[in-house]
Amino acid sequence: MMVGIPFNVPFLAVAALIGIAFYIILSQRNLIKLVMGLGIMASGVNLFLVTLGYREGGVAPIYTHAPIERMVLPVPQALTLTSIVIAVATLALMLSMVVHIYRHTGSIDSEESRTMKG
Amino acid sequence: MSKIVRTMSSILSLFIFVYGSYIIMHGHLTPGGGFQGGAVFASGVALLIVAFGSQNLHKSLKEHHLSILESGGALIFIGLAFGGIATVFFYNFLVGSPIFGHIPPPGPNPGDIWTAGVIPFMNLAVGLKVIAGLSAILLVMALATTITEVEE
Amino acid sequence: MDKLITHSPILIIAIPLLAAFLTPLISRVNEKARDVLVITTLAFVEFLVIILARDIYANGIHIYTLGASSPTLTIPEQYMVPVRIILEVDAMSIFMGIISATVSLAAAVYSLSFMKEETGRDRFYTLLLLMIVGMFGMEFTGDMFNLFVFLEIASISGAALAAFRTRFTDAVEGGFKYIIISSAGALVVLFSVGIFYAQYNLLNIAALAQVIQYTMLDKIALALLVIAFAMKLGGVPLHMWVPDTYAAAPAGITAMLVVSSQACMYALFRVCFTLYGVTLNMATVGWIVIILGMLSMFVGVTMAIPQIDIKRLMSYHAISQSGYMLLGVGVGLAVLGNPEALATYGREAMSGGIFHIINHALYKGLLFLTAGALFYRTGTRDLNKMGGLGHNMKFTSIFFIIGALSISGIPPFNGFASKIMIYESVYRFNPILAVIAMLVSIITLASFTKAFQSAFTGPQLPQYKDVKEAPRSMLIGMGILASIIIFFSLFPGLIVGWIVYPAADALINQAIYISAVMGG
Repeated sequence: MMVGIPFNVPFLAVAALIGIAFYIILSQRNLIKLVMGLGIMASGVNLFLVTLGYREGGVAPIYTHAPIERMVLPVPQALTLTSIVIAVATLALMLSMVVHIYRHTGSIDSEESRTMKG
Repeated sequence: MSKIVRTMSSILSLFIFVYGSYIIMHGHLTPGGGFQGGAVFASGVALLIVAFGSQNLHKSLKEHHLSILESGGALIFIGLAFGGIATVFFYNFLVGSPIFGHIPPPGPNPGDIWTAGVIPFMNLAVGLKVIAGLSAILLVMALATTITEVEE
Repeated sequence: MDKLITHSPILIIAIPLLAAFLTPLISRVNEKARDVLVITTLAFVEFLVIILARDIYANGIHIYTLGASSPTLTIPEQYMVPVRIILEVDAMSIFMGIISATVSLAAAVYSLSFMKEETGRDRFYTLLLLMIVGMFGMEFTGDMFNLFVFLEIASISGAALAAFRTRFTDAVEGGFKYIIISSAGALVVLFSVGIFYAQYNLLNIAALAQVIQYTMLDKIALALLVIAFAMKLGGVPLHMWVPDTYAAAPAGITAMLVVSSQACMYALFRVCFTLYGVTLNMATVGWIVIILGMLSMFVGVTMAIPQIDIKRLMSYHAISQSGYMLLGVGVGLAVLGNPEALATYGREAMSGGIFHIINHALYKGLLFLTAGALFYRTGTRDLNKMGGLGHNMKFTSIFFIIGALSISGIPPFNGFASKIMIYESVYRFNPILAVIAMLVSIITLASFTKAFQSAFTGPQLPQYKDVKEAPRSMLIGMGILASIIIFFSLFPGLIVGWIVYPAADALINQAIYISAVMGG
């Protein structure tokens, strides 16, 4: 079953989210904003995966609520869930590192700290 | 926080805990599972942290207890995966046995919890790990920020 | 024993995972028992890797399907395509597995004394074992999505380990940079996995490779994957995180980060050769990889010359050396569609590049460990402040000499063996590339001569009069790597025949990889 990429709203949202995220990552110097940029990027990718799971006429794969013939394959949902779990771990780790950087340098501006250039 | 907030959040957090446990235990039948339920459960902990303050909560909830719980959850999960190694790693060895041995009936039905082999146990293990892990993250981060404020 | 070999692909991943979560519990009881557990686990994993490797060289690819009723049942009856998680270990994967297992064992032994002063060591070993899990997972998986998951496991634990000594500002900043780069890279990988799933409803590498069309979207996905993995392995336009992270991480961890970067390089090769393979426009992609390699090689070594921080110097050399691997394998990729050129020099170039991966992991690991030993005893990484340490740290200086001669490609060391393979074959592809590669090698020698001279030779400095030799476990860790380097230097032909040629052939023969999963 080939699914081309149709021109519709979720994909525009994906593009917008990832574009915003890249802009934030490349332009912002505040470390918290950098982390937020990565969070937005993760959301964009997750939205992309969930959108891929949409099938015309399919129903959500809830075992006890839906006729089995019309269920969609829950792989994209599983992928998204895994990716959300990983994003939680990454964000927590990054934020705790920001806390440490703030304690050392008294600042969360990447220009202020010595090695954080670029 | 004021007494009203504290009383309300202690009552509300109980409901959140029950709901989180429900999502963990019904993970093999309805949307949800270990991570989602654990996240709901940990949001109850977050409510308590906000209401009582991290230092007060830290008196009764220590990170190293959470760390034991977290390792325990992970060990149960891997242990269950190793349980199937007689055939293949992650093989669902409980299907067909008296414990959770049935296959869930398809189509719209109320759902039978007594199904799906090792999957409910794995959900429970993941749930334990996520509850402990996320609560520990919230607690440590809340503590870290308060300590920084005190220092300044 | 047969059962052990059948299950060993998953055991190599699952046993460190089990040990990772046992360590916090055991270290509550007894710290000594935890150290023993960690080392025993890694030694057992090394043993499993070796018996699996022997079996793969004798009997071909190993398939392991998780959760199926038989390990080799890749496609269940009612399905047309693989639906379960499949581990697929071929000669190239196990080659990387040997590297990871060996260097991790040495790094863990080394870390026993190196991390003695630190707090929270139970978490250190948990993260160390998780990082090993991530590396093995990346190398053994036969599934694009699992590649992403294990990539993230390796990156998150790697970043946490790099930032482990939170009392140092640069350690936290190095770790932060690493996690930013890794998670951005991993999200890009995930996005391209989504592109594959959108088109083919498949995630398995072998199944994808069978049906891939090389459409516009596939080209975008390939570009994204190449960028992401090039960023993770520290190729030159995207290398800025490497010196910061490598220099600030604890020495044992730096050695493992090198291997972790190489696992990403493996993923890049796997994607180019196995996933795209014959459908790929090889010359273009091959040249991209070659140019990436040349840039890394040249810029890395030029940036290394002015460094005075010994670990930053070595980090820039790590960038430069990964250029050799990219060059060698890139030449192979560029001539993949031309069987004649592939037979005359392409396979040789790839073997040189692949041989250089294991050599680099060994000698760069050893060099980072010696730099860590110097830091452990003197408390500085600044070459200008060191001097005359050869008097008191004899073993460390011998290990440093072995590593330095090997990285500079001085005969008869193993670095020479792999570099000569690259020079000879690349010369037949394009003489200019080979000449530049030789030039870089000479500059490398100059740079390491400078480092050795300022750290070890010269009169004994008064402030380092009481400096002692590194502790025993650190010496054992370095000794493991040094003795393997010497073994490789003595019998390069043997090693190339045993493990390198099978690995190169495994990359070239895409059809075998596909048929192992898809059948027929």
